[in-house]
Amino acid sequence: MSWLDIGALEEIPQRGARVVKTVHGCVAVFRTGDDQVFAIDDRCPHKGGPLSEGIVHGHAVTCPLHNWVFSLETGLAQGADDGAVNTYPARVEGGRILLDAARLIRGAAA
Amino acid sequence: MKRKLVIIGAGMASGRVLEHILAQDPDGWDVTLFNAEPRGNYNRIMLSPVLSGEKTYAEIVTHDDDFYAQQNITCRFGEAVVRIDRDAKVVHSNKGSAPYDKLLIATGSAPFIIPVQGKDLPGVITYRDMDDTQAMIDASGNPSGKAVVIGGGLLGLEAAAGLALRGMEVTVIHLMGHLMERQLDPAAGYLLQKDLEARGIRVLCKGATKAILGKDRVEAVLLEDGTTYPADLVCMAVGIRPETRIATDAALEVARGVVVNDQMVTSDPDILAVGECVEHDSQLFGLVAPLYDQAKVVAATLLGQDAAFRPVQTATKLKVTGVDLFSAGDFADGEGREDIVFRDPARGVYKRLVIENDRLIGAVMYGDTGDGSWFFGLIKDGTDIAAMRDTLIFGPAYQGGASADPLAAVAALPLDAEICGCNGVCKGTILKAIDGGAATLGDIRATTKASASCGTCTGLVEQVLASALGDAFEKPAAQPICGCTDLTHEDVRRLIKARELKSMPAVMQELGWKTSCGCHVCRPALNFYLLADWPLDYTDDAQSRFVNERNHANIQKDGTYSVVPRMWGGMTNPRELRAIADAADKYNVPAVKVTGGQRVDLLGVKKEHLPHIWADLNAAGLVSGHAYSKGLRTVKTCVGTDFCRFGTRDSTGLGIKLEQRLWGSWTPHKVKLAVSGCPRNCAEATCKDVGIICVDSGYDIGVGGAAGMDLKEVERLAKVATEQEAIDLTVAFIQLYREHAKYLDRPYKWLAKVGLDWVKAQVVEDPENRAALIARFDLSQSVYQRDPWAERATSQAQAEFAALADLTREAAE
Ligand code: SRM
Ligand SMILES: Cc1cc2nc3c(=O)[nH]c(=O)nc-3n(C[C@H](O)[C@H](O)[C@H](O)COP(=O)(O)OP(=O)(O)OC[C@H]3O[C@@H](n4cnc5c(N)ncnc54)[C@H](O)[C@@H]3O)c2cc1C
Ligand code: SF4
Ligand code: FES
Repeated sequence: MSWLDIGALEEIPQRGARVVKTVHGCVAVFRTGDDQVFAIDDRCPHKGGPLSEGIVHGHAVTCPLHNWVFSLETGLAQGADDGAVNTYPARVEGGRILLDAARLIRGAAA
Repeated sequence: MKRKLVIIGAGMASGRVLEHILAQDPDGWDVTLFNAEPRGNYNRIMLSPVLSGEKTYAEIVTHDDDFYAQQNITCRFGEAVVRIDRDAKVVHSNKGSAPYDKLLIATGSAPFIIPVQGKDLPGVITYRDMDDTQAMIDASGNPSGKAVVIGGGLLGLEAAAGLALRGMEVTVIHLMGHLMERQLDPAAGYLLQKDLEARGIRVLCKGATKAILGKDRVEAVLLEDGTTYPADLVCMAVGIRPETRIATDAALEVARGVVVNDQMVTSDPDILAVGECVEHDSQLFGLVAPLYDQAKVVAATLLGQDAAFRPVQTATKLKVTGVDLFSAGDFADGEGREDIVFRDPARGVYKRLVIENDRLIGAVMYGDTGDGSWFFGLIKDGTDIAAMRDTLIFGPAYQGGASADPLAAVAALPLDAEICGCNGVCKGTILKAIDGGAATLGDIRATTKASASCGTCTGLVEQVLASALGDAFEKPAAQPICGCTDLTHEDVRRLIKARELKSMPAVMQELGWKTSCGCHVCRPALNFYLLADWPLDYTDDAQSRFVNERNHANIQKDGTYSVVPRMWGGMTNPRELRAIADAADKYNVPAVKVTGGQRVDLLGVKKEHLPHIWADLNAAGLVSGHAYSKGLRTVKTCVGTDFCRFGTRDSTGLGIKLEQRLWGSWTPHKVKLAVSGCPRNCAEATCKDVGIICVDSGYDIGVGGAAGMDLKEVERLAKVATEQEAIDLTVAFIQLYREHAKYLDRPYKWLAKVGLDWVKAQVVEDPENRAALIARFDLSQSVYQRDPWAERATSQAQAEFAALADLTREAAE
């Protein structure tokens, strides 16, 4: 894996998210209440809602458009809803957020 | 022949190394011990009891002069090593040098100093060694001394508690949202804060230090928000970093710490390192337990034995007498992980266990940590807990115990806790009535009047009955807010007021929330209740708001936003319209629409353009129309006496006055008003939350109308003679709604529950109460009536609304 520094942890509020633009569309990078980071596609499989704008609780996010809930760890929709988003390796080191560059630059399909 | 061992640093780790070596091979080594501090090894972790006066320095010395003399150790205390010459195998200090066969680096950590102005003033200290401790003891000799501790972690809080015990007035300033955020979750952090505050320590979370002020010595600490805290002593305890300078200069491999392998050997085979200065397998260490394990391995390696360092889990305790907390393992939420949460509000107890694959992986406890080591053992051993799962949280002694009591929160209320706000009835009065034979809600209403007025406390009265009468009382099922609690919205609102709960962790702990940090249903509701009830104390939490209120615009189905500037009372002018037209051009707005609320909507704006378009609109005097908020939306007006041949009064003017008074306020649901100039009602005032119709003899004020999912005509609140009375009644009505309604009830729904008569009694018939409601509304407005667009038309917000990074232009190698 080649890790890419995309910014400081402080640039994302706790229980919040920011987006990273990639050639394959936006990726939402979340910072949870316990200061972990997760990266998933910023597109809800239901009707395309921007997941980065949802309310974050635990390691899950609620889509802002129609309240589907997704696990940030697996990308799977929770409860009765059926669907999934891609997840991307992400970690924090020395206060910096690192994403796996290979997957984001070359694409999720690779 | 004896080999030469040079040790740099006489700390807790190297002290252990010495003991192991001397025990196994007393004659093999010729040891030279350098220490920058002018003293030998002592038990650093006991500095806190020394600070608080519970111990003396002599009691915490681990190795005294006799020991060094007996063991023939050459002590070079007060001598800092400044250079390692690896080729010649010699170390140099500021006073001399020493040759080595094997070298041990044990330099520990250096406190981190935040690079603010004034950090070097006399009176600013860190908390690391005996000199720092002595400086604090000396400072506390001043009878009216004030201390500010920057940093609410382990060290900062032990310093704060010690200084407070010595009689200083102590303020702790902590950058994060709750104390000890590395070791505790918000619930336990809240309890800790409460305990410290009970000892007279002031705690300020989310406080960012901007500068330390003073001329010749420290005088005060200035925060980013402009507040200052006077200080005779400032203790900076914001973290530590490994002390690696000499290792770096000697070109040893250093990452965050001096890199060592499993044998504790650095990149030079003759140099070992131990303690807080090392990095092993990308991990740093800040507690003594793993350092002692390292010390064993160092000794083995020096003695030519096989050994490998394997870090084990560590648990944290805070050494403040009377504060009982425990944390171990990984207590983050996660997929496949389950929480078991136990709260006993009456005793201030909180316990949370995190379970994954039938194994306990983390534990946080506050108030009752007796079972901590048992849980810690289960974590370390990876014990399968499936069989004891149901009773696990009660600890080893209580397998097969009782389950958590859903009535605990109410049972824990003190007797003087107010249950019914309308009639001022407290819990004790209700219990007395029950003793006197009252057994139903009706009995209680008849004897005490509790819940006989607005009725929003009905749920609580029932819970008091249930907790007092047990099975003899059958409590009707009420709809809880969400899965995180058994309480209804109304119960929670009442309890927030009655128990003066002023933060989200306070609500969740004292009311026994079943999850650790709520969900998307309860958090927005709690955020509103708290800001409505405690405008001065509570800080609005953007992360507990829905997207529209966080981004101050309405999200569209394609993820773009709509922008609606305010047009006071529906009035505008060519300058504003030109600014709107220019903005629409400049940002390629795909659609411009006149709304049903008498203003203009710019639809389809990209998120990253929002702060820019707001800045442009602001420049023309346009502010947010809050078309997205649970707050005041529009005040529609008709043209009134100014132009209309039927107009009886200045309906436009009154509408504008109302909008200017009410804008920016947050309400349980959105609030819309209208003012019509005559009963022809061109502003459609009869279907608004508050609708005023001007007539010859005055103003007819109607409330509780609706024209959305339900259609409802307003009911008449009052008819008044003057414009001022019309404004007063409107403001008081809206404040009453803010204080009592359930989140997401429009006024008509709330009115159906409490009844118009009760509202009239509060707002119309009781002038004193009306004035108090108005005063509370204005107080809240002093905090919240701000244009959110202007606050975000800054370059910082512009950066925050844009993407964090753009990888589209990164080459695919
Ligand atoms: C823009 C506007 C339609 C228009 O083009 O005229 C509008 C647009 C929306 N309305 Fe409305 N309402 C608009 C006037 C109204 C009116 C008429 C009025 O205000 O005089 C009503 C009926 C009156 C009332 O509120 O009782 C109205 C009743 C609703 C309701 C039902 C509320 C209810 O309690 O029954 C909703 C849903 C809700 O709020 O939960 C709603 C929700 C919405 C939302 C916010 C839906 C959403 O959550 O995304 C729409 C946002 C569209 C967008 O993407 O920007 N809108 N909406 C109007 C903005 C007025 C303004 O200037 O602020
Ligand atoms: C107030 C306080 C309370 C604590 N409470 C706890 C607790 O409850 N539980 C717990 O597990 N841990 C606690 N700790 C942490 C614990 O004390 C440390 O983890 C431990 O002391 C680290 O040991 P060390 O040998 O690596 O470094 P240290 O004990 O810091 O020793 C390093 C020594 O090296 C010297 N030195 C540095 N550079 C040089 C140089 N160039 N030349 C010569 N000498 C040098 C320093 O002066 C110092 O004396 C506490 C720490 C403090 C300050
Ligand atoms: S009526 Fe329905 S579709 Fe039209 S703006 Fe209102 S919410 Fe949207
Ligand atoms: S688009 Fe996400 S829930 Fe509908």
